[in-house]
Amino acid sequence: MSARRVQSYLPVLGIAVLAVLLLLVAPAVLSPFRLGNLGKYCAWAIAAVGIGLAWGRGGMLVMGQGVFFGLGGYAMAMHLKLEAAMATGGPHAVPDFMVLYGDGTMPWWWEPFRSAAFTLFAIIVLPALASAVLGYAIFKRRVKGAYFAILSQALAVTFATLLIATIMQTGGFNGLNNFTSFFGYNLYDPANKQFIYTIVACLLIACLVIVWQLYRSRFGELLVATRDAEERVRFLGYDPANVKLGAFVIAAVMASIGGAMFAPIAGIISPSDVDATASIWLIAGVALGGRGSLFGPALGALAVGYGQSTLSESFPNEWNYLQGALFIVVLLLIPAGLTSLLPRAWEALRRIRPWRRSKEVQPT
Amino acid sequence: MESLTTPFLIGTSTGAILLVAALGLALTFGQMGVINMAHGEFLMVGAYSAYLTQQVVSNTSLSLLLAIPFAFVVTGLLGLALEATVIRWMYHRPLDTLLVTVGVSMVLQQLAKDLFGPQGDSVFTPGWLNGQLTVLGYNWPYVRMFTIVLALGGLAALAALLKYSSFGRQIRATVENRELAETVGVATRGVDRITFFVGSGLAGLGGVAVALSGGTNPGLGATYIIPAFLVVVAGGLGQLRGTVIAAFAVGIVMAYLTRWFSASMAQVVIFALVVVFLQVRPQGLFTVRTRGLA
Repeated sequence: MSARRVQSYLPVLGIAVLAVLLLLVAPAVLSPFRLGNLGKYCAWAIAAVGIGLAWGRGGMLVMGQGVFFGLGGYAMAMHLKLEAAMATGGPHAVPDFMVLYGDGTMPWWWEPFRSAAFTLFAIIVLPALASAVLGYAIFKRRVKGAYFAILSQALAVTFATLLIATIMQTGGFNGLNNFTSFFGYNLYDPANKQFIYTIVACLLIACLVIVWQLYRSRFGELLVATRDAEERVRFLGYDPANVKLGAFVIAAVMASIGGAMFAPIAGIISPSDVDATASIWLIAGVALGGRGSLFGPALGALAVGYGQSTLSESFPNEWNYLQGALFIVVLLLIPAGLTSLLPRAWEALRRIRPWRRSKEVQPT
Repeated sequence: MESLTTPFLIGTSTGAILLVAALGLALTFGQMGVINMAHGEFLMVGAYSAYLTQQVVSNTSLSLLLAIPFAFVVTGLLGLALEATVIRWMYHRPLDTLLVTVGVSMVLQQLAKDLFGPQGDSVFTPGWLNGQLTVLGYNWPYVRMFTIVLALGGLAALAALLKYSSFGRQIRATVENRELAETVGVATRGVDRITFFVGSGLAGLGGVAVALSGGTNPGLGATYIIPAFLVVVAGGLGQLRGTVIAAFAVGIVMAYLTRWFSASMAQVVIFALVVVFLQVRPQGLFTVRTRGLA
């Protein structure tokens, strides 16, 4: 195999290493509590992989992915909420907060979420539909760049405001919490908790595989071409709007899957998990890791998730400065992210030790 | 008197604040393609400048008059500093500038929390702004009218600057065709810096108006930045009239929607309206015609 050929299969090795770390090493060395936290970061990482696709490869700065994260998260949470209610109050029971805040009547659009199958269907189809409609309206009219970024952030603000205002329907500011079971399995059982972690880790690996294949495909090439020279792509006879729409919809579905896994692991989903700030956080992870690379977004999201939950609790004020500084330093100095430093470091290392190189070149 | 015109008046003064905020954004975005997400925090800095002036000068009338130029200069210099340290390195990466300034806004917000405390401070209005004018049975509070006058004053000054001064001609030339402007001897980098100063200063002006009607607080910028951007998006770039019409339209429509439904529904509907509007005019209301493809 030529060196080039070997290099094109390097991602397989990377994905395999990550899979071993997440699926075998982490459950063995981490306490159940820490494993749960890692599961949360994995949920964010799934959304981040989608952002890497849309922003890193497609050039669409999606500042409102929290909305799709929230669609999945709330869809799952609604089902879990109904499951908890039905376990104690029979098939027509209503979630506790609706009795607490309102008159105990349930909005009609909650009803189908009693079904597990419909919930899983909704987690995929709801964000796909929402992003397709919005993306079609925006991309077909050639709204792009900063305009698109602002609109997507406005969407996140709007979504969170709407959630906070509808306390009787969505739990308002408190969000949805107090889940007891996950598709019939007790959520407090450690074995089930570990199984949910395994699901989210597998989903993350699966998303990486999907994105890796997408990057190798014609679509991936077209997406990068659209990012770099949209007009040329149009002149070649493709419709850039369709290319962008595809990436946007895939990113939205990934965010939704991340959100759907976040709800049972964190035990809560609330407007603060899906608002503009949360969306910015997803972006921060992707930028830190390296937006255009395969592993950068996922690794960056894991790192930022870890930093956020450990540092923000012990130093809330300093953390705010740190997060601001993170944006400034990363984007100003290493726009391609931390993963871009690895090949460079490797190159530098090779240059320091020229004898290695000369050995390779010598004919045998 | 609560009537159908009350939201109109509230909306007009909200629109006035949005206008001052959006003018600065549209100016820097139109000329340099830079989105400054810290612009909302500049509004906050302007509000705190008014608060600080009042701490030093106890006469409320005098302090208000002093606060206006003071806020303009402070936020203007802040903008200049931001341009000189961060943004100048990133002109070829506009979307990254957007994110970097998000980082700057986080730092500024936390700084305000540490310096002035997380709660808001109130800014006292001078006695002569406390009354209200009654015209044809409708009450017009002086504070709101002052906001509108301040905004229109800022607008008129900016319009005059752009239209009649040689510096204004240089700005317009740079917006329309940067390379050609450079060819005929316009120092576009210098023009960029001063535009940044003026645009940021206008946010400070808006901040004074905000402080008068609602006091200061560290999170104040975040509430104005998104509507201000929607105004820029809907108004189009490069011309003032689009921003003016869009600002008052968004302000007034938002006030009526808030009255009829709720504040949160108003936000949802405004967002939907802007997306629908972009279907009809993707470039906004007015835009400078160029032969470029993008």
